[in-house]
Amino acid sequence: MTAIAAHETVLEASGPRPRQVSAARIGVYAFLITAALFFALPLYVMLVTSLKGMPEVRLGQIFAFPSAPTFEPWIKAWSTACTGRTCEGLTPGFLNSVKITVPSVIISIIAAALNGYALSFWKFRGANFFFGLLIFGAFVPYQVVIFPLIIFMREVGLFATLPGIIIVHTIFGMPILTLLYRNYFSALPEELFKAARVDGAGFWRIFFYVIMPMSVPITIVAIILQVTGIWNDFLFGIVFAGRENLPMTVQLNNIVQTTTGIREHNVNMAATILAAAVPLAVYFISGRWFVRGIAAGAVKG
Amino acid sequence: MTSSRKRFANLNAVIGASPMIAVAVGLYIFGIAYSIALSFTNSRLLPKFDSFAGLANYERLWSTPSWLVSVHNIWLFGLLVIGLNMALGFLMATFMDRRVRQEDTFRTIILYPYAMSLIVTGLVWQWMMDPGLGIQESLRNWGFEGAAFAPLASPDTAIFGVVIAGVWQGSGVTMAILLAGLRGVDEDIWKAARVDGIPIWRTYVFIALPMLRGALATAFVLQAVGVVRIYDLIIAITGGGPGIATEMPAKFVIDHITSRINVSLGMAGATMMLIPILVLVAINWYVDWRRKRAALQAIG
Repeated sequence: MTAIAAHETVLEASGPRPRQVSAARIGVYAFLITAALFFALPLYVMLVTSLKGMPEVRLGQIFAFPSAPTFEPWIKAWSTACTGRTCEGLTPGFLNSVKITVPSVIISIIAAALNGYALSFWKFRGANFFFGLLIFGAFVPYQVVIFPLIIFMREVGLFATLPGIIIVHTIFGMPILTLLYRNYFSALPEELFKAARVDGAGFWRIFFYVIMPMSVPITIVAIILQVTGIWNDFLFGIVFAGRENLPMTVQLNNIVQTTTGIREHNVNMAATILAAAVPLAVYFISGRWFVRGIAAGAVKG
Repeated sequence: MTSSRKRFANLNAVIGASPMIAVAVGLYIFGIAYSIALSFTNSRLLPKFDSFAGLANYERLWSTPSWLVSVHNIWLFGLLVIGLNMALGFLMATFMDRRVRQEDTFRTIILYPYAMSLIVTGLVWQWMMDPGLGIQESLRNWGFEGAAFAPLASPDTAIFGVVIAGVWQGSGVTMAILLAGLRGVDEDIWKAARVDGIPIWRTYVFIALPMLRGALATAFVLQAVGVVRIYDLIIAITGGGPGIATEMPAKFVIDHITSRINVSLGMAGATMMLIPILVLVAINWYVDWRRKRAALQAIG
């Protein structure tokens, strides 16, 4: 106590510090506000552009607030904008993304939780070798393994189908999710697991009745990670989903890059916001959980 | 009795871990071997193993302009984006660490681009850098007649436009990782530094920064993996153009296995993409091995 008090008197005694600090404070806020403006600007531009009519867009005032805000571009982007051959807007893409994302998230999380559970509590011979290999896979560029996967999917008749793209998302989500669950499980008290064993519970019972109910926090993180990741995916969607199941990102790109006729920037920006809406909603609602997901995913095994 | 029970339990564990085993062996051993093997064949649309092509695909690869431009671009883009993201991320993290008000608001604004698709990032920046109606035109309409900000329109500057978008999307993550690291730094260090009269910025650069080694390595690896994979952003922002000015290795490979129908050349490119990752993994192993050896020697 006395030592702390002594330190504080020393600090207070050091002359012109307060003014120096306040100048530094201004600097801190000036920098952070400038940075925040840089990051916020594109979202602002997207929004105001999407609410303008084309004559106003052509004025070349990208930052100006719309003089007569209109939702026409949003309606067009959602239901009538053309993607190369069809003119149904983003609606089919949205539905496809839902059809891809929901099962992919559920299946990939169950598979990864099982992996992590087996790795943490039921070590079998070679388990660490397979895990190491899987983690190595997290660093391998997709392009190295995408062609063999195409051939495999074609052989089993799942190329360009909905189940096919779901399997692909499950595969590529596996390294990071398995790591996430393994790290979480190895921090759980082992006595709990042992008590369940003594009570005669087996591999599956312990998993479903003891471990999974305790995994709610990590599962929330995994869901956030997977929903945003799979919804935002472009590469796997365009390669594996097939023409009938193209996700929203692919259709968005098709709408914007379609070069026939004049480019409707307001419709394009409305479409861009619509495609970003789901992950943005997840992000704003989840708040600190999202950050936790990044930190958890970034920690090396 | 016990041994048979144990074996039964292990069998269940192997069944539970079968997705992992299948992916690890199927994709990351067999798949990689398959891709590398294809790079030594003459496969066009479909895999063909009947003729051995030797290094012909690699010779062709390194004389294909779009590949050479890709390799040049990935280095330039990677160094710039990783460097800027690390520097900007560290600055933002330290400033956020100064007990600012509204920390959550700042964090939310700085990190939201990371939640969005790279397609969205690419399309927004393409629009903002539009030579006719983008930021440049706005500046000129405001009276800055000579204002020039349309990097994507010229082959010489297009890659820098992509860098801006990459920094906008990725520097928030570095900030989040480094800020988490800073929060883990012992409070007493700040007190000690203050008592010794060391300026705050020096404390950050010379004391906190070295203590953040782990967080820095994590942020670096995350960025590096993202850079090697870069595909979506390029598709959305330039499509690889103007001309071939912003081609990237990942796009080269995908183009060659899809529209260009030259699988073996694409796989030669993919094999080259694997090399930097293998180097990183080897360095990681070496560091681990040395640490273990040092620990063993310390014991006896």
